[in-house]
Parts: sequence; structure tokens; C-alpha cells
Amino acid sequence: MNQRISQDNNVVIQSLTQIGNCGLFLLTLLVAVPRSLRYIRETIRQLWFVGAMSLTIIMVCGLFVGMVLMLQLYHVLSIFGGTSASGMVVALSVYRELGPVVTALLFAGRAGTSITAEIGLMRATDQIDAMELMAVDPIAYVATPRFLAGLIAMPLLTCVFCAMAILGGHLVGVTWLGIDNGTFWSNMTAQVDLHTDIVNGVLFKSLAFGAVVSLIAVFQGFATPPTSEGVARATTRTVVASSIAILALDFVLTAFLM
Amino acid sequence: MTDSVPATPDDSMLVRIRGLTTVLGGKTIFSDLDLDIPRGKITAIMGPSGTGKTTLLKHITGQMRADAGEIVVDGLNVAELSREKLYKLREGIGYLFQNSALLTDFDVFENVAFPLRQHTQLPEVLIRNLVLLKLQAVGLRGAAALMPSELSGGMARRVALARAIVFDPMLILYDEPFVGLDPVALNQVLKLIRTLNQTLGITSVLVAHELAAIRQIAQHVFLIANGKVVAQGDPKTIADDGSPWTRQFFGGEADGPVPFQYPAGDYAQALGFAGAAK
Ligand SMILES: Nc1ncnc2c1ncn2[C@@H]1O[C@H](COP(=O)(O)OP(=O)(O)O)[C@@H](O)[C@H]1O
Ligand SMILES: [Mg+2]
Repeated sequence: MNQRISQDNNVVIQSLTQIGNCGLFLLTLLVAVPRSLRYIRETIRQLWFVGAMSLTIIMVCGLFVGMVLMLQLYHVLSIFGGTSASGMVVALSVYRELGPVVTALLFAGRAGTSITAEIGLMRATDQIDAMELMAVDPIAYVATPRFLAGLIAMPLLTCVFCAMAILGGHLVGVTWLGIDNGTFWSNMTAQVDLHTDIVNGVLFKSLAFGAVVSLIAVFQGFATPPTSEGVARATTRTVVASSIAILALDFVLTAFLM
Repeated sequence: MTDSVPATPDDSMLVRIRGLTTVLGGKTIFSDLDLDIPRGKITAIMGPSGTGKTTLLKHITGQMRADAGEIVVDGLNVAELSREKLYKLREGIGYLFQNSALLTDFDVFENVAFPLRQHTQLPEVLIRNLVLLKLQAVGLRGAAALMPSELSGGMARRVALARAIVFDPMLILYDEPFVGLDPVALNQVLKLIRTLNQTLGITSVLVAHELAAIRQIAQHVFLIANGKVVAQGDPKTIADDGSPWTRQFFGGEADGPVPFQYPAGDYAQALGFAGAAK
């Protein structure tokens, strides 16, 4: 029993240490932002890389989320004879919750893992040391550009996700289930609020998630022992830690913002 | 000039190490080690695996801090330099990694161009000519468009060498440059190291285990073991100096001052003959 408690304590202390180190790493990243402006081309290259890499999966998943959402809502709302509101409900749930959250989860699995693995392998093969020796600061050249790229890519990808979800909803609702096209759009435009739903929902949340996911991904890459086993573990940790952080942060943001 | 050591009277030494003491993970790697690297020469450093040869190179480049002692490179005390000055110093140092450490994102040309692009604003034409010049010097101008994953070990090391010399450094540190090379590639790299030293006068520090190769090119050799320099001298004669260290290291005896056995408890006891150990 005692053994178990001390083990739990150990896990708690380890997690807290990791969170603390991650926070310190964020400071290092932010301090390096002015220096990394010299490497603006690297940031753009990374932006293209993480953005393009995640685009297909985000589009496909967005489409399906919108389609299934419409199917479910139509079924439920038809009980109350309110199927004309289903387009609007799809839009609201996608803007406020599903868009930012699902995009961030997908981004963590697709781009986050590859950022972690790439940095881990760069360290294992002495590439990071080589940069140090060529008088190029690896934080400013490798870490900060990837962090910034994730931060910028997330809102853009979230917008793409939302657009695809509404398209999916339209496809199922209007084309298949026969909701009137005019009703679908006019209900939606009447009820969606620019401030609460788009700014606070889509933009604010996705920026926060972008920061958290790319921070975790870059941190795990730099913090892991530079061995193949270390890289494998760090990649897993990126997904686990990002998912928990996204969902916890989502709750906090929703409680405070909406 | 506040962070430089008073001008040393003996300017013929590019690197001066005095009283170096390093403890890593509770293990003493160096204890009070003194070592000088003369300008314009090829100096070899030998020693059993795990003695800290790589660590020594990392001290010279300022990647690792010592627990005591001072390291002076070209009149500058490495431990006291600010980040900017350390980076400035590193621009004058080439470092050849054991596993080449080419950037996997870029092709051969861009790898060699990387330091130029980072530290200069040279026009593209000039960068191109400089890079092709260095690639020609290592015999790989034709491989400029290949990616690092398409290179053999010997080719990758030559590309890394081209990258290390792209700024015409005053000092090149080679960390085990011959490991894993076939005899032809080994001779190519050997010849390159000698050419760079003789034609450009680049001071070279060579960490290697191949005594035959070292005999051909090095002017001075240090044998490091147990955190100290245990023997040094002309590579042609060091093997005959009669000390037990050189006898074991160059004579190929399995046991000697460098123990064959990793430190362990009593053997008889480990086998279960507890009584016999008494
Ligand atoms: N960062 C580190 N932390 C703890 N021990 C280290 C570290 N780096 C190297 N060592 C230890 O220092 C010793 C010397 O390593 P190294 O310089 O790589 O030896 P060599 O290059 O001579 O084979 C080894 O025993 C290694 O385990
Ligand atoms: Mg080594």
C-alpha cells in the first residue's frame, strides 16, 4: 500500500517536473523569437510543412464530422419537428467545440509526432550539435520556427476543418435529407455570432491549442534522451500529453470565454 | 579584452589546456590534465574508448564546461566567453563528427552552403563557387545534388569535411574520422587531412585509433588514459618508450594498465562459492 502511494507520488512529481520544464522551455522559445526572425525562411518552410502535411487529413475528417453530425441532429430534431434548425446547430457545434478540438487532436497526431521524432532524430545523429558548432543557435533555428509554424497553422487548419464540416452538413442535410437550401443558410447566418462563435470559438481556441500542441511537440523532441528508444517514447508522449492538454484547456476556455 | 587571458608568452600553441578536471555523472573523466596543441601541426589524441576524447574536443569548442582548469583557444579563455564571442570563435573551428552529422533536410550542396548562408550575405554566384570549390577539394563536386541518405559512409564524411572547411577555419577537430571506412576511403580521408594541413596550414587535432595512419601524418601524439596524459611524443617512436601504457595500447596486450574486466564484485562470490571467497 505504502509502496503504491510512493509510486503514485513519483508519477505525480515526475509529471509536475515535466510541466515545469516545459514552462521553462516556453520561456527559452519566446526569448529566442527575435533571434529566429533571421530564420524567417525556415519558419515559412516549417509552416508549409506542417500545414500541407495535415491538410488532407483535416479536410477528410472535417467532411465526415459534418456529415455524421447532420445525420444525428436531423434524427433528433425531427422528433420536435425542428429539422430546419439543424444546419445552424451543426455550424455552432463545429465553431465552438468540434472544429478547434478535433483539428488540434488531429494536428497532434499528424504534425506533432513528426516534429518530435524529427528533432529527436536530429539530436541522435548529432545534427543539433553540428549546428551549435557552426555557430547556429538550435533553439532559434530549429525550435522556435516549428513552434511558430504550429501556432500559425492551427487557426488556418481549423478554418478549413469548419468549412469542410459545414459542407458535409450541407451535403447530408440539403442534398440527401431534403432540408431547404435557403432555410439551411439563413438559419445559420442568423444565429452565428461573430464575437462569441468565430473569434472566441474558432480563433482564440485554435491559437491556444496551436501553442500548446507545438510547445509539447518541440519540448518532447529536445527533452528526450537522443536514442531510438527515447525518440519512440517521446513521440507517444507528445500524443498523450497533447490530447490531455487540449481537452483540459478546452474546458477551461469554454468556461471562461462563453 | 576583459574576457581574454593575459597574452601567453608562448604563442606557438593554439590550444592550451591547464589543470582540466571534469566529472560526469559521478565519474571523473579528467583529473588535472595539461595538454598543448601547437599551431599549424597535426596533433593526434589516442586512448581507450570512454576515456573522454570526445569530451575533450567538446571542452575545446565550449560545448561542455569543465569543473576546474582553463582552456585557452587562440588566446581566449573558452569558459569565460559570452555566447556571441563563443559563436564567433566557433566560426574559426571546423568539427568533423564521427557520424558526419549532415542535415538530413538538405542536399549535399546546401549542407556545405549552410554555414555560408547563415553567417554571410554573399551573392548566390559566390556561394555557388565557394561550395563547388570545397566539394571539388573532397572529390565530390559530382555529388552536389544527392541527399545525405544516398551517400556511403566515406562520402558523407568527405561532405562533412567540405562543410567544416567552407569558412577556412584555423583549427579542425576530427573525431575518429577513419572508423568504418574501407582502406580506399580511409586513404582518401587521410590524404585530405594532410593536404588541408600542409597547403592551408590548418591546425588539426585528430582523435583516432589507427596508429599506422597517425604515424603517416601526425607530428605529435598524446595518449590519454585514466583522466591524464600517460604518454606523449613523436608517433614514430612513442610505441617504444617502454611504459606499460604504450606497451598495452600499441603492443596489443589484452590486459595491462587498462583492465580487461569492467570493475565488478568478487568472481567466486558471484558464482555462489561464498565460502571460497573468504
Ligand atoms: N553528458 C554526459 N553525462 C554523463 N556521462 C557522460 C556524458 N558524456 C560522456 N559521458 C561519459 O564520459 C566518458 C567519456 O566519453 P567520451 O568522451 O565519449 O569517450 P571517448 O570519446 O574517449 O570514447 C564515457 O564514460 C561516457 O559514458
Ligand atoms: Mg568518442
